[in-house]
Amino acid sequence: MQQVSTTFHFHNMETGSLVSIDNLSKEEILKILRTAAYFEEHPNQKILDGKIVATLFFEPSTRTRLSFETAVQRLGGRIIGFSDPAATSTSKGETLKDTIKMVSNYADLIVMRHYLEGAAQYATEVTDIPIINAGDGANQHPSQTLLDLYSLYKTQGTLENLTITMVGDLKYGRTVHSLLMAMRHFNPTFRFVACKELQMPEFYKQFCLDNGIQFTEHEDFNQAVIDTSDIIYMTRVQRERFTDIMEYEKVKDLYSLNNAMLETSRQNLRILHPLPRVNEINRDVDDNPKAYYFQQAKNGLYARQAIICRALGIDLPVK
Amino acid sequence: MSTQKKELAVAALKNGTVIDHIPADALFEVVRLLQLADSEMQLTIGNNLPSSRQGRKGIIKVADTEFAESTLNRIALIAPTAKINVIRDYEVVEKRAVELPETLIDVVRCNNPKCITNNEPMASRFEVVSRDPVKIRCHYCGHTQL
Ligand SMILES: [Zn+2]
Repeated sequence: MQQVSTTFHFHNMETGSLVSIDNLSKEEILKILRTAAYFEEHPNQKILDGKIVATLFFEPSTRTRLSFETAVQRLGGRIIGFSDPAATSTSKGETLKDTIKMVSNYADLIVMRHYLEGAAQYATEVTDIPIINAGDGANQHPSQTLLDLYSLYKTQGTLENLTITMVGDLKYGRTVHSLLMAMRHFNPTFRFVACKELQMPEFYKQFCLDNGIQFTEHEDFNQAVIDTSDIIYMTRVQRERFTDIMEYEKVKDLYSLNNAMLETSRQNLRILHPLPRVNEINRDVDDNPKAYYFQQAKNGLYARQAIICRALGIDLPVK
Repeated sequence: MSTQKKELAVAALKNGTVIDHIPADALFEVVRLLQLADSEMQLTIGNNLPSSRQGRKGIIKVADTEFAESTLNRIALIAPTAKINVIRDYEVVEKRAVELPETLIDVVRCNNPKCITNNEPMASRFEVVSRDPVKIRCHYCGHTQL
């Protein structure tokens, strides 16, 4: 049997669009991270003076929208758009193509979130202005991946040779899938910790094999796994994912982290979580210096400032 | 039906294209893909004809028409066994198999109901990621099928 190729062919370089994390080479990822570091030091810059950014949220997501809009405002740009599709002509049956074409007449850049998968890719094909994908259904959310990468880079000083433990819902977790694929450039070692129902899909394990990435799988979130990790990436285990509620009740607490579990962990360990969390991280972890999930969310601002500048072809004084 | 009679039926076309060895259950899908319902040329469509290799097969004959290779290759996914015969002046001047192209545009629908291609008036697009067995990946939502 011929092996299934797991390399993709999405290229939007000509406009600076960002649809999928696979659009970016290793060098481009590193450049975005260095730019994000620059913005962390100098968050308020008037480099978008006179630019208009449209934020089109066909599906509401307050967290992501506020982060993008703050990024634009801190750079001195202006914002048009909508946060609730019910108020737009989309609800009257207007096609995505027509909405994108209309907005392209007014804006220099479109940041869009859509409930349909592939919507952002399609948008890049009907307009000449750059598109930033702020999430398309269960498919891609590259700015989340870049803020995750920035968080690794900042806390570990490098992206190379890290041991990353992913915990919880590895089956449906879009953030862990994208992070896994983006890390292929940096020789990581993965630990996948999940119950049988929510294990890492075969596609991503094959992706690891194809790219020479080491990984191990664990049903048990044990001390040995914790104590040898540089990063623990926690995710939410959602009740809706289970066909059998009894099964959910049985596993929901097996994949939660509390402060006592971190006692013998590495000094450089940091705990990440895409938020919002429910009970997979006990509140007693919050004050541990290894808890990083709140700063992680803040890093989204700097990463998005860097993504916006790349999209508009703005070069900054970074190495 | 004797071999002689079959050959005669094919040869009866003066100029045009014969698409033979179409799986019987794919015949009308091929007709749709080639938009033959809109064709004003002389058409002969046969189905459920006996075939030693396939059991039952379909055949399409279109007079005075030669299709672009890329057009014919679009049927490779649904009718991989199809054979193309180009007829000029009663002679078969070209005989070949269909070949699956690297990209399939508007040939099949994406299985993912949440894919943009199933919700917007637009062409589907797939990249062939594996040929044996055939696996295609949606250019838009990334789902793999077949
Ligand atoms: Zn699709």
